[in-house]
Amino acid sequence: MTEMSKIDTRALLADVTEFIWAEGAMLDAKEYDAWLELWTEDGLYIMPMGAGDDYKNQLNLCYDNAKMRRDRIGRFQRGFSISSAPPAETVRTLSRFRIEAAEGDLITVSCAEHLVEDKFGRQRIWAGNALYTLKVTDGGFKLHGKIVRLLNSDGMLNSFSYLF
Amino acid sequence: MSLDTLKFSDLDALYDEENALVATSMYEDPDLFAEEMEKIFKNTWVWVAHESEFPDKGSFKLSNVGLEPVIVVRDRKGVIHCMVNRCRHRAATVCEVKKGKTSSFQCPYHGWGYGLDGSLRALPYPEQYGDDFNKEQHGLLKLRTEAYNGMVFATFKEDIEPLEEFLGPAVCRYIDLFMKQGGGFPVKVLGEHQFSVPMNWKVQLENTTDAYHFPIVHKSFMQTLDGATEEMFDFLDKGRGWVEDLGNGHSIMMMIPELEDLDADLDQPIPERFEELAAEIRAEGYPEDQVKKIVRAVGGAGFNLNLFPNVSFSLAFFRVLTPINVEKTDIRHIAIGMDGGPDAANQMRLRLHEHFQGPMGFGSPDDAEVWERVQRGTKGGETLPILVNRGLVDEEPGPTGPRGHISAETGMRAAYKMWKRMMSK
Repeated sequence: MTEMSKIDTRALLADVTEFIWAEGAMLDAKEYDAWLELWTEDGLYIMPMGAGDDYKNQLNLCYDNAKMRRDRIGRFQRGFSISSAPPAETVRTLSRFRIEAAEGDLITVSCAEHLVEDKFGRQRIWAGNALYTLKVTDGGFKLHGKIVRLLNSDGMLNSFSYLF
Repeated sequence: MSLDTLKFSDLDALYDEENALVATSMYEDPDLFAEEMEKIFKNTWVWVAHESEFPDKGSFKLSNVGLEPVIVVRDRKGVIHCMVNRCRHRAATVCEVKKGKTSSFQCPYHGWGYGLDGSLRALPYPEQYGDDFNKEQHGLLKLRTEAYNGMVFATFKEDIEPLEEFLGPAVCRYIDLFMKQGGGFPVKVLGEHQFSVPMNWKVQLENTTDAYHFPIVHKSFMQTLDGATEEMFDFLDKGRGWVEDLGNGHSIMMMIPELEDLDADLDQPIPERFEELAAEIRAEGYPEDQVKKIVRAVGGAGFNLNLFPNVSFSLAFFRVLTPINVEKTDIRHIAIGMDGGPDAANQMRLRLHEHFQGPMGFGSPDDAEVWERVQRGTKGGETLPILVNRGLVDEEPGPTGPRGHISAETGMRAAYKMWKRMMSK
């Protein structure tokens, strides 16, 4: 691992923040085709439940590889899913960014996510901790991992017609 | 006679059994809801847990019987107890940990301590209660608790028939068949998705015995399946399945009859979508007959068994409803797997569960949406009936009760018949 002291963290923080804000804006605008393009082919999008981190061997809210991501987006877009036609509208903010690690071409960033959804004029608010793994490529960052752990993730929730 | 009694004495207006019509107020009336919580949820066997959720001596989980919070726990001798989560002193809950292991329950307010069987063991400074204070009369409020094939039920009704009698032989047979998806291993709970829906609990009671909605509501799920699986879920067009009233409000919806008994025809070739999994299990050294049994079990059973009033054995998972208020119901989709089975098999079961179930599944959010739409729709046209008469046209006597087409509303009629029976007492 590169020693954190040798990285220009202030510049890096600005770069990852810009990328993650752009990703958040994409999800609020439901620009899902562009969102799919952000990913590495072997990246995983996971929303776990509870405190566990053995994602493969535990029940998650979602555990999406590339195929599941494409299927999920296809479900949102084709118009046959009543919960996503129309979907809830969302506005999210991401903040409290912290670079957790930088190893080779992978950067791990944690942040807080607050999201408000609106459907049928009813607004619900959600909060979670997000952990991004970004891959440095010639074309800029790629999403290689994204883990969003909601507050009360293993408690009573509602169904979601959008992505965190 | 009070006005309330008069109102609910007209049960025929609430459920017209002959024509299978449900009154709109059945989803809307808070007084009726309060009555249901008393007459139904306090007078029958209510599902509270699966034994694997609290496997060891001293392990427990929190649950509900109707509106009442309960603790389900195994004592030092392995005996299962269910008791109301409320200190006998000044009513504080004695446990707020959802699942865990303990040697006792202690009230956080004044320190009254209870044993795993609910008995009051000790309290600080007891002398202020006088010499005639009887600890034996101050244990946690206990419910009668019985289990069948790992499924634990509890009841407030002390003199109710034994659980197995309430379920009946047909239900017990289907429970045994359902548990074959352990693939030769004990069935184990792997986790649960939970989501709350603004709907009356009976909207949910109807849904697990409703095959009619599947190709409509779950079209977007079907579109993400491979051809063979999509074909398997096309049970409405094939139409070889059935729905049957199993008595006491219970019903069976047999969607995929060839998967009624997972041990039947095990010499059939392994479906393409499971070939990779089979290879992984083979590589772990399992003999071929066991590989076939495990792989078959991973896909789940071919039916929904619906038990009145709160649990369904649905293809590959348990679905539990908890009424919260007249327009709010909590739903749990409990994932199950093989205790001690190959990791690869349990991983596939987890991924299949995540695919359809829960807040982010490809199926549950669409279910939740239409359930809410029912609740929103009943704000209008309050004199219009809700129809549960589908399939009456060619319903015939089955081995246990009326049996109808796979898309018939026979199971809903079974549930409402029981609802009426219990509400008339």
